[in-house]
Amino acid sequence: MKLLVSMFLTFAKIGAFSFGGGYAMIPLMKKEVVSLHGWLTIQEMIDIIAISQMTPGPIAINLATFVGYKIADFPGALAATVGVITPSLIIITVIARFFFKFQNESKMQWVLGGIRPVVVALVAFAALVIGNTALHDVKGYLITAIAFIAVFIFKIHPILVIISSGILGIMLY
Amino acid sequence: MTHKETITAAEKVPKNKAFLLWELFKTFFILGGFTIGGGIVMVPLIEKELVKKKGWIKAEEFIDMMALIQSVPGVMTVNSAIIVGYRLAGPSGAMLSVLGGALPSFVVILVIASFFVRFNQYPIIQKFLLGARPGVVALLIYAAISLGKKGIRDKKGILIFVSGLLALYFLNIHPIIVIIVSGFLGYIIYHEGRVK
Repeated sequence: MKLLVSMFLTFAKIGAFSFGGGYAMIPLMKKEVVSLHGWLTIQEMIDIIAISQMTPGPIAINLATFVGYKIADFPGALAATVGVITPSLIIITVIARFFFKFQNESKMQWVLGGIRPVVVALVAFAALVIGNTALHDVKGYLITAIAFIAVFIFKIHPILVIISSGILGIMLY
Repeated sequence: MTHKETITAAEKVPKNKAFLLWELFKTFFILGGFTIGGGIVMVPLIEKELVKKKGWIKAEEFIDMMALIQSVPGVMTVNSAIIVGYRLAGPSGAMLSVLGGALPSFVVILVIASFFVRFNQYPIIQKFLLGARPGVVALLIYAAISLGKKGIRDKKGILIFVSGLLALYFLNIHPIIVIIVSGFLGYIIYHEGRVK
């Protein structure tokens, strides 16, 4: 029970501090799930991010479900997933009541003016940390380079990028 | 003024609450099941379904809603389900929409997780993952670049970006602290900019 509460709270924290989409949450998820609680290894976390690109739903939900299930079976999956959702449910329901009043409030825009650049820093940091773990030979760098060209220049969809990278992995390793 | 218009826009919304709740659950279940990778991809799909096809939400109100959920924390997909559900059917609408939206990924990941340990032992899966991991790195680099183009607009932004990255990478500071401090910095910097 203590574990379930801890998992709920950890994922609620992740939900409450996620700005700017799934990738920006990776450093926070790594800190909490890998470094502090040791619920996953960094390898497993990267694998789930890869799986997330090929399955429905946002990374945060997928990671919560996976971690919860791995640590405490179905109740764990439920506790962690509900944890990610709860902050949004509270924040948005409260704000929706004062919907238009909030719209005119520029204070949040000032705060976001500071958060937006740091979201970029979070994603860049995620790329560095995950790169450190995922890339350990020339083949890895080669796959990253090909995948980057595919997505950056040819605008290939991320699902296809991950699937093709995996197939390249099967061929090269 | 626009508030009144948006309230009357709900004409086409079904009067039967149970039917409306079921429709919300169903709509977000389908959207949740088909948005691979999650995130911002879902927004145009919700718009197509609820604004254009069903006409339950006015186009302008939808834009306001999406602007709002992007200025609060939370997972985009979850936030959009909650706000749409809440506006159309109150708290129970929010609950059922988010339940519908999250259920497909919950089930899919449960299935994968229950097989993962066994899957993981096959050499072919291990090799696939060895290739997929560098692919993830490429997606992250790409995301950082495209977010950077939108998110960093002036010198102050560059300063926040650089100090944030240094704090995360070299000082190993907790991301939540980095986010809070940068929000606080943003408040001070852009507030003063406005006053002048």
